[in-house]
Amino acid sequence: MSGEIAILGVGMHPWGKWGRSFVDYGVAAAQEALADAGVAWRDIRFVSGAATMRCGYPGYVAGATFAQALGWQGAEVNTSYAACASGSQALAAARAKILAGETEAALVIGADTTPKGFLAPAKGERPDDPDWVRFRLGITNPTYFALYARRRMALYGDTPEDFARVKVKNAAHGLANPKARYRKAFTMEDVAASAMVADPLRLMDICATSDGGAALIVSSLDYARRVGKADAPRVAAVSTVTPTFPSAIVEMPDLATDSAVAGEPVSFRSRLPAKAYEQAGIGPEDIDVAEVYDLSTALELDWIEDLGLCARGDAAKLTREGATRIGGRIPVNPSGGLACFGEAVPAQAIAQVCELARQLRGECGERQVEGACVGITANQGLFGHGSSVIVKR
Amino acid sequence: MSEPAPLLEGWFTTAGRPALIGSRCSACGSYYFPKLDTLCRNPACDSMQFETVELSRTGKLWSYTNAGYQPPQPYVAAEPFAPFAIAAVELERERMIVLGQVAQGVGVEALRAGMAMELIVEPVPDASAPEGRLVWKWKPAA
Repeated sequence: MSGEIAILGVGMHPWGKWGRSFVDYGVAAAQEALADAGVAWRDIRFVSGAATMRCGYPGYVAGATFAQALGWQGAEVNTSYAACASGSQALAAARAKILAGETEAALVIGADTTPKGFLAPAKGERPDDPDWVRFRLGITNPTYFALYARRRMALYGDTPEDFARVKVKNAAHGLANPKARYRKAFTMEDVAASAMVADPLRLMDICATSDGGAALIVSSLDYARRVGKADAPRVAAVSTVTPTFPSAIVEMPDLATDSAVAGEPVSFRSRLPAKAYEQAGIGPEDIDVAEVYDLSTALELDWIEDLGLCARGDAAKLTREGATRIGGRIPVNPSGGLACFGEAVPAQAIAQVCELARQLRGECGERQVEGACVGITANQGLFGHGSSVIVKR
Repeated sequence: MSEPAPLLEGWFTTAGRPALIGSRCSACGSYYFPKLDTLCRNPACDSMQFETVELSRTGKLWSYTNAGYQPPQPYVAAEPFAPFAIAAVELERERMIVLGQVAQGVGVEALRAGMAMELIVEPVPDASAPEGRLVWKWKPAA
């Protein structure tokens, strides 16, 4: 189909708490991606960075920061910020540039150095900023994850054990992933024994924040053929749609939903993949593997339904049956997901695409999803940001 | 010690039976909390006329949780920090869900989805006011 670009190379710096500059992680990821692609840095004519808000000015201009660190060579740069979807927006910018015929090969890159503990708002007293007000009231990101989890319990009869099962599954997936931060098996008992953070979610139900970096070398299909990579995985869709009014559930950092007096509410999360499916001309039945944003264990269950991989309310059953494990009908988060990585915001959406590209190339060893040809990512963050990317081969 | 003042000016009433202060679009009827006085956010509506209204004081518990760990600043914790519950309450007339802390002393074990909740105001600790500041909270309806 037209509208596709090739993924020539992928690279990641291992996730962790390394305490170094985000630039170091980005450079390492970029070098790995360039080597994987077999493309020289000088041949990259567009650098599309995902910004970080926690590392000062260099983070706000991440595209230029990475371009300088890799050695200024006169490429055009772009920096995207879209909370958890920053990496996908950086990819969307590169894709648009390539499809417009303005560049042949681009670097898409994101990296972060994160503080310990809860993500907190920007400093200063700002009662006009909903993000400030909600934190003033003690409403953190896990609060929202927990409200969604409890809602699942009320609507579908999900249990804390159903949530813990997601952690156990993702931990098993991530065991053999050299880029994952946490490579440790968990039992249901381990999860149940961890501290309650936001009832019903325990510490082991909620993802940590991590340092990490991820990069992609993407190109036109013509360029891919010329460098002998005609069969490289392709990006078939990048969806970065906004929510539609009125919102159905209360989203970070809001204190209230929209009022649905004037129209029926629509789920934002389900609209993100819907647009991706439309772009790629495929449906949920075509998906072999999914990388979804398991900020919490329960949220993975929401995503499975939002992606249309099962009927609404059936994701816990699907997980219980083992369908979302590697080897199951529709493996979810074969990388180990955020459960094994922890979130490095600007790198995470790119890392999801890295995993799908490797899965489609059949290089994932113990965590390989056999015969994977089509994969989808999904993520969502603050202020109406989210994305879904489809990769196929 | 003086009477606690509201933490946020113009967000809720405090006298008698307190209520959240919101806006209602004069054209499409959509409600907003907090108040809105610029442009209606319904893309099918271009009204810039709003009435300031008190939102329903009661609603149905949509979902709930608690804060088991002390949240980061600007949250101000009492010493020692005690976990508190947080509610998402669905207002029928407004067809919207509003978050808030749950009344002091009411934990998650006292809550269940669908139960009737009502709005109250209670003081929360504040760095510059020893008497605290008032905020809206949700409480199981009597």
